[in-house]
Amino acid sequence: MSLDTAVTGSALGSNRLDVEAIRKDFPILERRLADDRPLVYLDSANTSQKPRQVLDTLRNHYERHNANVARAVHQLGEEATAAFEAARDTLAAFVKAPSRDEIIFTRGVTEGLNLVANVLAWADPPYGVGPGDEVVITEMEHHSNIVPWQLLTQRTGATLRWFGITDEGRLDLSNLDDLITERTKVVSLVHVSNMLGTINPVAEIARRAHEVGALVVLDAAQAVPQLPYDVTATGADLIGFTGHKMLGPTGIGVLWGRRDLLAALPPFHGGGEMIEDVRMERSTYAPPPHRFEAGTPPIAQAIGLGAAADYLSALGMQAVAAHEREITAYALERLQAVPGVKIIGPQTIQDRGGAISFTFGSLHPHDIGQVLDSYGIAVRGGHHCAKPVHRRFGVGASTRASGYLYTTTAEIDALADGLEQVRRFFGVG
Amino acid sequence: MQLESMYQEIILDHYRDPHGRGLREPFEGESHQVNPTCGDEVTVRVHLDDGVVQDVSYEGLGCSISQASQSVMHDLVVGKPVPAALAVGDDFLFLIQSKGDQAVADSLEESLEDAVAFVGVGRYPARVKCALLGWMALKDALGQVRIVQTGGHHE
Repeated sequence: MSLDTAVTGSALGSNRLDVEAIRKDFPILERRLADDRPLVYLDSANTSQKPRQVLDTLRNHYERHNANVARAVHQLGEEATAAFEAARDTLAAFVKAPSRDEIIFTRGVTEGLNLVANVLAWADPPYGVGPGDEVVITEMEHHSNIVPWQLLTQRTGATLRWFGITDEGRLDLSNLDDLITERTKVVSLVHVSNMLGTINPVAEIARRAHEVGALVVLDAAQAVPQLPYDVTATGADLIGFTGHKMLGPTGIGVLWGRRDLLAALPPFHGGGEMIEDVRMERSTYAPPPHRFEAGTPPIAQAIGLGAAADYLSALGMQAVAAHEREITAYALERLQAVPGVKIIGPQTIQDRGGAISFTFGSLHPHDIGQVLDSYGIAVRGGHHCAKPVHRRFGVGASTRASGYLYTTTAEIDALADGLEQVRRFFGVG
Repeated sequence: MQLESMYQEIILDHYRDPHGRGLREPFEGESHQVNPTCGDEVTVRVHLDDGVVQDVSYEGLGCSISQASQSVMHDLVVGKPVPAALAVGDDFLFLIQSKGDQAVADSLEESLEDAVAFVGVGRYPARVKCALLGWMALKDALGQVRIVQTGGHHE
């Protein structure tokens, strides 16, 4: 199909996705698993599937244009460089970045957050983090937004503090003004929780953080794939997101940062491409974004991510978000009706993303996932790289279902029915 | 169906009705092990008398495979001299690492008894650690006792 036919109705934002047409773009969704089971893929918060358009772009790059970027005067080098830099333009437009130079290609959110946490240890005032300073995170973070800040604060003598979570699965902001103070240098938090599904009030937190002169960093791994995104509207200073959760390849992500801020920060990795001049005694550095892109970048992956952003834009992120809400609302209703299922996190669609984590009686997520897999249903079982939030809710692990723009209500029905089979298989629940 | 090749009835029985579960005293060795990929954990205690395992007690969080494996371990190891207990552990490891080889299971039936039912777990790489977690803790706990007893004044 063409992208146009995947969107029906008005092109002005009230459109709905034609999910059946979209599914034809995803070859893997036609896959038959062992015992000839059709695939029911409900693990998109882990990684999304990739449409033919992205796969074709990768293949076309390697078959026709492959060369290193920014280092070759030959034709292929120029083509590869042009395609790579065009992907930067595409991503800048996709998240409404004021400047293309604010788009740093990384390997993913993990690298983006580590980049920020490292350069802030080395940065000059007013951004550098040192003894007596404080970094504020939250209890609902992915490990990639906890551990880099633990490393930073332990290495610099700064203090790590964090917001707790309410029983409903929201950030407990009752002590906002006590946590974010004149000592706070950085506030780093997840925009949409990968475990609870919660959409956090980032603009409100950013407002308080900026009152005290702190930087705001967002982990937008689950937000950018599902929501129309405007980096400046969030109020944040730095935002990381990842390609493979938004139809793109693995190994590529973006760190967006305010231009004046990036210009004031020191490099992360040293190497090729990030320099202006190198002498044996010392070097000077390229301006952003290249200052933060040492070495040969993931070229094909960046170009593939550009194709993924084009695919999403053609569908319309309003429509993608509306579909996510519809599927999530349906899944919440179906799962709540299964006896023994307890959803951890917001119980309604209000300020909620699409990841739904739950417990099912006393059954362990490994066992649940294994039996569901025997019916072709792919979910995630475990701690989803978010152990503190599991501990907060008194569980070691949970089962998580997460859909995307290709997910159907029939697949949610398959999950609910599958859980009944799980109960039957173990004879407990 | 493939599922039953892993979840054999003996395993499900041990899961629903685990043997020897709970932490008890006295004990001379204790080990806490975690599976970082899924967050599962187990604490295993061993009580020895005159070089013979008198009790294996355990408590933890985990799936049916890990819970049943610890229950079977309790049955197999209690009453055995330490070298024999460690040998059973080696046999269990060999079974799990056989990738579901029924011939290996048949050859180990005398040593492992009911525990040969775990042979199917070896076909699911993601679950191998589940089956082995308790046994790793046992080996570690027994090792601690030996260090204490060879380096200290117990004997």
